[in-house]
Amino acid sequence: MKSRILAAVIFLATIIPSLSAQAPALNGEPYIHDPSTIMFSDGKYFTFGTGGGGLMSEDGWTWRSGAVRPGGGVAPDVIKIGDRYLVAYAVGGGGMSGGHASEVKTMWTKALDPKSPEFGFYDENVVASSDGVEDCDAIDPAFLLDPVTGRLWLSYGTYFGYIRMVELDPRTGKRVAGNQPVDVATAMEATAMMYRDGWYYLLGTHGTCCDGANSTYNIRVGRSRNVTGPYVDNMGIELLRGGGKLVVAASGRFVGPGHFGLLDLGDGVQKFSCHYEADLDRGGRSVLDIRPLLWKDGWPVAGDNFYGGTFQIQSERGGLALELAVDFVRMPGGMRGFGPPKGPVTPVPAQELSEVQANWPSGNIDLRIGDFMSRPHQKWTITPVANAGGYPGSPYFKIVIEGIDRALAATADNDVVTVPAFTGDPEQLWRIDQLIDGTYRIMPKSMSGKQDPLVLTAVGRSTPALARFDPGSDKGRWNFRKP
Amino acid sequence: MNTIRRIVTQGMCVLAIVAIQIYPAAAVNTSEAHRSVAPYFVPAGAAPKAPDTDGFIQRWLLLEPINKPNRTNTMFTGTYVRNAFNTEYFPGQFSVVPNDGDKVTVGNQELMWHALDSTGFNVKLFRFAYGLNKPTYGVIFWAVTVIDCPREMKNVRLAAGSNSASIWWVNGKEAVDLFDDRRMVMDDVVSKRLTLNKGRNIIRGAVINGPGLSDFCVRFIDENGDPVRDITVNLGSSGSNGDDSAVQSDF
Repeated sequence: MKSRILAAVIFLATIIPSLSAQAPALNGEPYIHDPSTIMFSDGKYFTFGTGGGGLMSEDGWTWRSGAVRPGGGVAPDVIKIGDRYLVAYAVGGGGMSGGHASEVKTMWTKALDPKSPEFGFYDENVVASSDGVEDCDAIDPAFLLDPVTGRLWLSYGTYFGYIRMVELDPRTGKRVAGNQPVDVATAMEATAMMYRDGWYYLLGTHGTCCDGANSTYNIRVGRSRNVTGPYVDNMGIELLRGGGKLVVAASGRFVGPGHFGLLDLGDGVQKFSCHYEADLDRGGRSVLDIRPLLWKDGWPVAGDNFYGGTFQIQSERGGLALELAVDFVRMPGGMRGFGPPKGPVTPVPAQELSEVQANWPSGNIDLRIGDFMSRPHQKWTITPVANAGGYPGSPYFKIVIEGIDRALAATADNDVVTVPAFTGDPEQLWRIDQLIDGTYRIMPKSMSGKQDPLVLTAVGRSTPALARFDPGSDKGRWNFRKP
Repeated sequence: MNTIRRIVTQGMCVLAIVAIQIYPAAAVNTSEAHRSVAPYFVPAGAAPKAPDTDGFIQRWLLLEPINKPNRTNTMFTGTYVRNAFNTEYFPGQFSVVPNDGDKVTVGNQELMWHALDSTGFNVKLFRFAYGLNKPTYGVIFWAVTVIDCPREMKNVRLAAGSNSASIWWVNGKEAVDLFDDRRMVMDDVVSKRLTLNKGRNIIRGAVINGPGLSDFCVRFIDENGDPVRDITVNLGSSGSNGDDSAVQSDF
């Protein structure tokens, strides 16, 4: 009987992910609550969570436990300043039934990898506190190193009163002498801060945590021209009056996103980390995720990790479609005339692969960017590849012509071509990052992690190639359109 | 300290003694013996009080919290909240306009009404309960206020935010409900257009909360979304014999 139940559980575990129409959360065992901002150290990604410890990843896609953070407590944050990492965490507070006396502590380490010879925390300081009665619960710290002034700020607090901000000395991690806390928000917790285009953004989590699939956590944001506020949302409501524009809420199988952390990958690629209170595909456990960060009208909003399907790949530059460089095959019939039909109206079937494939070369076929016509030589099936690694938020993908195994591949001389069959080689694996404007950057795995990576680019209007990604240009941006 | 001095100089010695117990000038104190609703509230004054510059109504009669244990706020569906508020806890629950110091009995709780002015735009019910050594979590608060309008005001809306769920009535008619797990957000839910009568109008609210801070903010906004400020709150003119049924409603 037990074995029959076990078999049923295994069967369900196998099929449940296939019910999801969205990208899965991260690979591996990304179980965490209140993750800190993701940091890169010693060739690996790290994040710390409530209760001590944390997660680490070689590639940002597959995560496992192993990060080490002493001190216990709740909801840490990390920032890299110079060649050191400053970690903040809180001890005490956060009580559902009282218990709001807490201290925020900071400590330094030169490395986050516990195997590194430079790993080791030192110089612990208390930088903020709450007495348990005042209108603040000093937990959930978050750093901002102001890129304009170089000053270091720390926000903290929860629903028990105000979110507050204090200034720290970026050289010591200690509170600046004489600095007094400033109230910047209320009705939120798990704050984070970032700066962009003259605006300071204060993000925080609304709703209720820690209730599994019934948690109502959602991430919201306000902005200000001054780092200490007042922070105001898109409706003009101050965060001190409960305001906050939605950044990300529950979707699909993921419930209760909270604890925003900016992950700026450079070249205009921004992502963010959060935890879901419940990943329904993982038994409703709290897990880490990394998602694209988009900007719309000056406000951050969550994008969705690319997850595959069959698409036409549209160049943002010319608006045309990436296609095999083969002869265009006309569909039957021609001019039908204008005006109302004089006879019965019957649908025209779409052109099928079998109608055109026989005339395609059997070896490699070049690519071009052609008229958007929804034809077989323009339809690409994009599929995540298991056990091929990944990058922050996603696995690598293969990109093949719909219905066959002809695969998009990078060449040694920085061109692109299609090969007759997908082999799994790195030049046939593709990294697809959503950019801050919602378009996508498409990069071969062989370029991932390089200083100046080459990406799929429209040279001129109609020629695809690999070229250095220019975040200020539309030539390396692509859209995925349903045929 | 200013609060105490004002009360004493008015010669209200008895009230002053009460005020010293309830409204000491010292900041919040963890000791039960010395808890206070200050600095979040001061006693409601005798003179009519206008809303603040953003139109928020700061003067309220607040009933000490009724015990209603709830483990989580995610259970505050419309059905649950309506059932919770439609339960009769004390006589005249939907009609009485109490006086400061009036008492009601709810189960084994003897609860007092307090006429208070919030010092902020929002009414911090958690601080009200905490300051009076009353339960702070798993509770229902009742609030009543009386506003005087210099003229009939058509097409205004009541805008409310609350932590957590709440229902608000204007002149005996339900105007706004805020259900589910909510934090207090200014203008979170806004009523349909309504008319405030020339003269007295009674606003009544009930707020339910499980764990967490309880508070609310209420104001009226006009057709353009601007705050209605030319009204006053005058609890003294209402008296204990006032009730919602005496006010004509023209919804």
